[in-house]
Amino acid sequence: MAATEGMGITVDGVEKHFGDFEALKGVSVAVPNGSLTALLGPSGSGKSTLLRVIAGLDQPDGGSVRIAGREVTGVTPQKRGVGFVFQHYAAFKHMTVARNVGFGLKIRKRPKEEIAAKVDELLRLVHLQGFAHRYPSELSGGQRQRMALARALAVEPEVLLLDEPFGALDATVRKELRTWLRRLHEDVHVTTIFVTHDQEEAMDVAEQIVVMNDGLIEQTGSPRDLYESPANAFVMGFVGEVNRIGENLVRPHDIEILLEPDGTSQEGQIERVAHLGFEVRVELVLDDGRRLAVQTTRQDAEERELEAGQIVYLRPDRERRFATA
Amino acid sequence: MRGDRRKRPARPGAPDSAHRVQRYGLRVAAVGYLAALLIVPVAIIFVRTFEDGLGPPIDAITSPEGRHAFWLTLVCVAVAVPLNTIFGVLAALVLVRQKFRGKAIVNTLIDLPFAISPVVIGLSLLLVYGIDGWIGGDLQEAGIKVIFSTPGMILATIFVSLPFVVRETMPVLQEVGNEQEQAASTLGASGWQTFWRITLPSIRWGVTYGVILATARALGEFGAVSVVSGRISGETETLPLFVEKQFANFDLAGAYAAAIVLALIALAVLLSMNLSRRKERSA
Repeated sequence: MAATEGMGITVDGVEKHFGDFEALKGVSVAVPNGSLTALLGPSGSGKSTLLRVIAGLDQPDGGSVRIAGREVTGVTPQKRGVGFVFQHYAAFKHMTVARNVGFGLKIRKRPKEEIAAKVDELLRLVHLQGFAHRYPSELSGGQRQRMALARALAVEPEVLLLDEPFGALDATVRKELRTWLRRLHEDVHVTTIFVTHDQEEAMDVAEQIVVMNDGLIEQTGSPRDLYESPANAFVMGFVGEVNRIGENLVRPHDIEILLEPDGTSQEGQIERVAHLGFEVRVELVLDDGRRLAVQTTRQDAEERELEAGQIVYLRPDRERRFATA
Repeated sequence: MRGDRRKRPARPGAPDSAHRVQRYGLRVAAVGYLAALLIVPVAIIFVRTFEDGLGPPIDAITSPEGRHAFWLTLVCVAVAVPLNTIFGVLAALVLVRQKFRGKAIVNTLIDLPFAISPVVIGLSLLLVYGIDGWIGGDLQEAGIKVIFSTPGMILATIFVSLPFVVRETMPVLQEVGNEQEQAASTLGASGWQTFWRITLPSIRWGVTYGVILATARALGEFGAVSVVSGRISGETETLPLFVEKQFANFDLAGAYAAAIVLALIALAVLLSMNLSRRKERSA
């Protein structure tokens, strides 16, 4: 049993089946109090199921869940003290924004003035003041999701769970909300888990990332840990781009391009030079026909006049080899 | 339809006029079909009713028999429709949200009243509740008379109007999904609170259509009710039965008058349905 001291959420050996499909194969995670954690993984990895098990929306077939030190495995979502935000907002369509946000408080039979004051405060927090009397159908996707967040925060939950909260939004709004979520977390400081399949989003927002694959946890750590010391080939490949050279994996920015051969370098021909702003991506073909990509700066590419068709020599650095790779 | 009036950019040549002919042709066909089969016959009833002035029709429907028939029809509707509404919402919830063995069979059974002729429904009720029926004799001994009495007619009405609320509610429930309900539960709502505050308000228009259609059907039911009623004048006669009897007795004025009352109620019900649809769209 994992230590629960100082832990907002402790998941221990959780299993979940859907028919023959094993969604979670014995998952254990500890999320520190007040932290912002990302569950990162490809679709079907079990990350959303894990979040739903924590919320009580799905019942695990084995294992236990503790929230703020309290055993909640058999407890209904109603009594767990969680705030849950759905990918598709789950807005109460027949209620105004104010009534959506105040729903949890109304259920708790709080006095009207208290509800009105709290709703007002939350709408200001999520920048929806002035939208109180609109219906969800009159809001944009980003506004609806902020309303859903305010609604979840209204009941002052022990933990906040967000299931692909920005998944249904377009790229610009997604980036905006990401930054905004991080700031909000600094203000509100509630233990938060959010599910995402976007590694950039996870690295940008989270303090701790839990990488999941195939119903299991591959690695837990800070964004930097995961990037610099991935536990296995899957994590290395999922949190950033990789090239495979023989048995080894190497990041595109860890390959140096030389114009003259040295003892250990490999020969390759530049196929394409793509200018992506500050960064330049050089795509190469090795003599054995394999392709790889190298990241370099614009300045470097210009100084050495790298161009398609050129023969260059590659020296990989910080290569990694994993037992199961 | 407002959409049809939108101006299209003029296209030169034959395709445009061919298109127009096609469009008007379809409209004429649709309206003509409705007129020949529905509008003209109903209009003729109105004309025939009042051709001898207001006296005869008013006499016919204000006779004790006429008033009783009207009253009995309302009783049947007032019992059958609320029961079918409660059943319909529950059945829709179970069929959409739960998985169980035999679900497909239950789903099919609900359509049975659509598929079976009302006369057969009436006969089957006789076989169960009639004096010589399955439990009818025992009920009779206990002092409960079902057949040739109001309970039997209510049962028949329930039977024929059963599918509407289920069928109108299920697709709405499916479309709404259960995320709103899950959200409500994480916010602390109990199952009961979630049903009243979230589920019911989100399916209300589906339920409303179902109720309206069931009401229209219950008002007009003839076959099944006729079989179980015994057609005792002033006792077990609903409006549709009354209309048919007047007609059979060559009391055409009475028949037409009662028919008009029935038609007006049905029309009001259908209009209210149209209004509620419009309200839904603007909501």
